[in-house]
Order: sequence, then structure tokens, then C-alpha cells
Amino acid sequence: MTRTSGANGGGQQGSGKLPRKRFYRARAHSNPLSDSHFPIPISPDDVDLSQHYPRYFPADKGEHGDGDGDAEAPRIRFADVGCGFGGLLVGLSPLFPDKLMIGMELRDKVTEYVKERVLALRASNPGQYDNISVVRTNSMKYIPNYFGKAQLSKMFFLFPDPHFKEKNHRRRVISMHLLDEYAYVMEAGGIIYTITDVEELGIWMRTCLEKHPLFEAVPEEEIKVDPVVKLLSSATEEGQKVARNGGQTFQAIFRRISLQEE
Amino acid sequence: MEDAAVEEAEVSGAGEFAPALVAAHPLGHSVAVAVGPELRVFDLNGGCAVSLSDDSGGCSHSDAIRAISFSADGALFASAGDDKLVKIWKTDSWRCIQTITSEKRVSAVAISKDGLYVTFADKFGVIWLVTVGEHGEGQVSSDNKPVSIYGHYCSIITSMKFSPDGRFIATADRDFKIRVTSFPKDPVKGAPQIQSFCLGHTEFVSSIAFTSLSGGSSFLLSGGGDSTVRLWDYINGCLLDTYEVKDKVGEQSDETEDSNLAIADLCVTNDDSLVAVAIQSLNGIMLLACDLIAKKLSFLKVITMEKSYIPTSLAYSSSADLLWTVMGASNMPNQAASQLLTRVRIILRFQKELSASADHDPAILEDSEVPHGEKLLLALQGSLDASKQEEVLAAVLAALRVSMHKMLVKKNYSEERREQRKRGRNDKKIKK
Ligand SMILES: C[S@@+](CC[C@H](N)C(=O)[O-])C[C@H]1O[C@@H](n2cnc3c(N)ncnc32)[C@H](O)[C@@H]1O
Repeated sequence: MTRTSGANGGGQQGSGKLPRKRFYRARAHSNPLSDSHFPIPISPDDVDLSQHYPRYFPADKGEHGDGDGDAEAPRIRFADVGCGFGGLLVGLSPLFPDKLMIGMELRDKVTEYVKERVLALRASNPGQYDNISVVRTNSMKYIPNYFGKAQLSKMFFLFPDPHFKEKNHRRRVISMHLLDEYAYVMEAGGIIYTITDVEELGIWMRTCLEKHPLFEAVPEEEIKVDPVVKLLSSATEEGQKVARNGGQTFQAIFRRISLQEE
Repeated sequence: MEDAAVEEAEVSGAGEFAPALVAAHPLGHSVAVAVGPELRVFDLNGGCAVSLSDDSGGCSHSDAIRAISFSADGALFASAGDDKLVKIWKTDSWRCIQTITSEKRVSAVAISKDGLYVTFADKFGVIWLVTVGEHGEGQVSSDNKPVSIYGHYCSIITSMKFSPDGRFIATADRDFKIRVTSFPKDPVKGAPQIQSFCLGHTEFVSSIAFTSLSGGSSFLLSGGGDSTVRLWDYINGCLLDTYEVKDKVGEQSDETEDSNLAIADLCVTNDDSLVAVAIQSLNGIMLLACDLIAKKLSFLKVITMEKSYIPTSLAYSSSADLLWTVMGASNMPNQAASQLLTRVRIILRFQKELSASADHDPAILEDSEVPHGEKLLLALQGSLDASKQEEVLAAVLAALRVSMHKMLVKKNYSEERREQRKRGRNDKKIKK
């Protein structure tokens, strides 16, 4: 199958102009159940990191594989699921300059916007924003195609679509069954961050996480000092919208734990 | 919302071509063939067709059976399908002891190694668990509702098997995935942790099979719409070897390029040295040698059968060392119930002959040589009339091609349609 294309996949590379959002208007909601028509990596080994993070994977290296004392190749460590316009990635990038992060977004136009945004940021801030990128994908179906076991240390689910109707609850991006997959791609100790302005969804996400044996709530004291938490409500476009309207938010922050095998 | 309705119908597999299935009792006591809603069982010890009985108070199958399976010790048998029923049978008396009604159509079923649980998959890719229990005559326990234990998000499960040590359950789907999940001692309460994903197929996975335990470990084999058979270290999700059936089938059959070489089914002999593979346009079966030390699959031979005979399902019986093959289908256009015919062919001394020498052809039994002869054939096939059979097999063959073709082009097809829909939307916008 085809490879995924990264943030530098053509376009106005290096133009340095931030893309304007209105050119990237798209449908408000996507149906995560529909079949995909974008390239999906057959397995995590097929994710072409050099396309996403060219500075970390210079084109002339790697192919020879002469391994001159190179440290292990970096892997993607954070995933922002349903990243929307990418505000969180942009906020996280300078906080964790040595961590590779990826946004996953179902909407084509929105994904294109994030690609352009990242390229523009790289062009106008040389040496920065090289650790963030985006893929167009259906995270509900293809998480295991992108990440191996215990690969991720952080996963983000910020302001996901609420899918109010009972019969559409299975489209929610947090569910008991999907948590099994998130637990698989997360390392023990890794943290999953969720936030929403929809109370019902907030309760739903918290309840799923509480019920799931592989996650436990992160204590309040830790949440207070975690620099990431501030970004949950302030960094993304959706978060800013909610804040502007003075809306309430509901967050659930849980840690991936390991079970003792008897 | 319209989108959703369309897509859910698409994914449901409703009314889709349903291949005939065969399963062999692990100790050779009986053999079962399923075609459409019919479950046909032949008692190989008694030499007679079995008449099934039902104490479960549930309905009989009324639509295509999609999955059948014996338990590891042969004491239990499960059948399930499009009628949303999962039926559990005791094989000593062939009576149904439990009928579970699923909310959705069922595409796969398996019995845990210890025989305590039955798992089944519904059309949304959710895997359910029920406790096997005989609740006296006709008594239905109310607290034994199926519980969902995990899911492949919205993908049809094509094959579900327990590992030989009973610690894992493997499920394969139409989205190229195989998932290996730990099966806890108390699966009703326990958390089914994902052990691995076996990713490598580039089309739907049609069939998976575990090798038996040797030296504490076993392996997984899989076949798919991408015309490959793959060998996996399923504990770590590592692909060990890939065998492409293309070259060899091309040599053997006179079909041209457009022939579809999707793997329909595969099974492993009990010493794990041989893999029998049923392939969409191969009249016969392909045999692969499976070397678990070198971790390699290699071509052994093709056993050719009559021209119109393309097996839809395979089962190996270790006790008798024979390979059961069946061809048949239901849900075909214009098919009358009276046409639920199948053709059964048996290959005798399967493993022995082949391990002795690859030049030896194992014996494909003529109808007159089949154990219990006409009695068995009549029971399992539904008819002995050769000309009628020919007609049905030809129809099955045609339907098989269409069905596989559809599965393979489905993605592109819906892409086109999606583009059309998108265009429709934009058109509307422009008009405004
Ligand atoms: C309400 S927006 C929130 C975006 C962003 N996280 C924010 O806070 O601004 C939800 C996003 O999730 C995306 N999405 C929905 N289902 C998805 C799926 N299955 N896979 C990937 N993205 C999905 C939508 O396209 C949408 O952009």
C-alpha cells in the first residue's frame, strides 16, 4: 500500500506564510465509520518518518544503515487524536523539543491546513517545530497501523465530537473497546489527556477510563504541576472558542498502568 | 445520517454469498458441513447421518450459517450466522444445549480451550463471550447474557481462533488486521489485554490457524485476499515469512491473469509440517511445507481436482489423517432452497504420504471409496446426482468469483461513490 505523506509533502514549502483558515473550511463533522480513502500504512514500520520529520531523518542517512554509533532512531511519542487545526501540537512543540508528535485528523482539508501551518512555522522559525506533523487518518480504525506496542507516552483527546444520540455512542473516540487499543500503544506510565465542554461526554470519558483496568486517575497534585494541562483548554482552536464563550470544561487525565500477571 | 445508513448496510454483509463450511471432530467421531441454514452432521463411528435435537428452547438456524467450530476435545460444537443465532451443541448426543441470540448478525465463532466459554463476533466487529452451561432441560438462565469483551472497530471478523495453550484469542478482519488478545482466566471479569497486532496483509484476511504447541511455543498462519499465506510470531506480532501463491498457481492452472487468487481457507496438519490452502481459482488445493525451525513456508505441490471443484472450506482430521474439503454456497442469486447442494471430497493419508515423499500424491477418494460411501455423501452433500451437482458447482463458482471480486474492489468502489456524493454536495452549495 501507499505511504503516508508527511508535513513537507509538497505545497508552498518554505513560503513562511501562515495559511489562512478560511481557505480550509470543511464539513463540521466526519463520520468515523466510513471507509477510508487515504493511504494507510500497513504497519508502524511503514510510517515514513523522514517525510514527517525531515530534520530528524536526513534523506542521505538511514538508507546506508552503517549505524555509526547513532542512538536509536527517534519514534513518535505523542499523539493528538482528532487534532483539528493543530493548536495543541504548536503549543507542545517548544515544551518538548526532543519528542516527536503527530496529529491525527480525519478531515482532509483540515489536515492540509495543519500541514501548511507546520511548514510555515518551520520556515519562519528555523530549528523549531521540526518535531510536529500530521496524518490524515481515521484514528478509530487505524491506531495500530501507526504505533507499536508501548510506543506512546502521551495521548490527547481534546474536545472530541460529542455524538449525543445513544445509537451513535459507539462513534465516540473514547470507549471501553478503543481504550484497549490506546492502552496497547501506550507505555506503562504514559498519560492520556481528555477534555470537553460537553458535560455528558466528560462524564462518559471519565467513566470509561475509571472502569478500564489499565488506566488510573492521575492525582490532583500531579495534574497541577503538569505543564501540559494548561494547554488542554487554551492551546486548541476549539478550546479557545469555548473559553471565549465562557464555557465550562470537563477534563479526565489518566495514567496507563500495568497489571501484574498472575 | 444517510451516509451512516449506507455504510452500515455495506459493512453488514447481509445477503452476501455464504460459502459452505466443513469441520472435523478432533478425534474423528464426526464431521459437519454447513450450507445456508442447514447443518449436516455425519456420525463416523456409527456410520450414519445424525439427526440434531434441540433442548435449548431456541429457534433453529433460519439463515446462512457463517461459522462452525468443534471444541478442542470435541465435546462441544458451535454454529452461528446471519440469523443472529449462536447455537452450542453437545456432540455425544448432538443436542443443542444453548441458543444465544445476538443483536447483530454473527460472522465468527470459537470455543475456549477449556470448553467453558463460547466467543462470537458480530457484524460490527464486537467480540462477545458467553459461558457454556447446561441449565437443565429448556431452562434458560437470564444472567448468562453475552458480554462484549473487545472489538475491531467496525470491521467484519472473518476468522477467530484460540491459541493451543488457551491463553490467547486471535481475530482476523476485513481491514487486513489480525489481533491477538490475551484471554484471562476469568474472562467475564478480566481485562482482555492486547498482546499484539499481526499486520502485513494488504487485503482482507480470510482465515487464520494456530500451529500446535511445541517446545512451549506455537505460531500463527494466515491467508488473505492478497494471495499470500503468512507465518507469524504472534506473541510479538512479527511477520516471519510470506508465501505468494501467484507463481505456482499460474503454472498449474490455465486461468489467465485476471483470475483471482485470494486465499479462501487454510488448515494445518497436526504435526504442523503441512499447510493446506484453498485458493479462489484453483481447482484443488495447494500444499505448503511449513518449517517452524527455519520459520519458512515453501511450496510443496498442488493437488488438482476436477475442473469445477474449488473448495470453499477445509478441515483436517488428525486421527484419521484425512483432509476434508467442501465446495458449496448459499445466498446466491436465484438459488432455491432445494439447491443447497455441496460437493465433498476427501484426501486420504494426507500427512503420511506427503511426508514420506513429495512425489507421492495422496489419494483423492472417488465417491465409491469414501468412508460409509453413499450414505455419507448423501448426508453431507444433499444429493448424489452428479449432473445436478455439476450445475450447482458451476453456479457456486460464478458466485464465488463475483463475491471475491466485490470484496477486493469494495474500497475503490466506495471511493468513487464518495466522490460523487461530495460533488453532489458542492453542486448544491453552488446553486444556492
Ligand atoms: C471538535 S474537533 C476538536 C479539534 C481539536 N482537538 C481542538 O480541540 O480544536 C474534533 C476533531 O476530531 C476529528 N475527528 C473526528 N473523528 C475522527 C477520527 N475517527 N479520526 C481522526 N479524527 C477525527 C474531526 O474531524 C475534528 O477535527
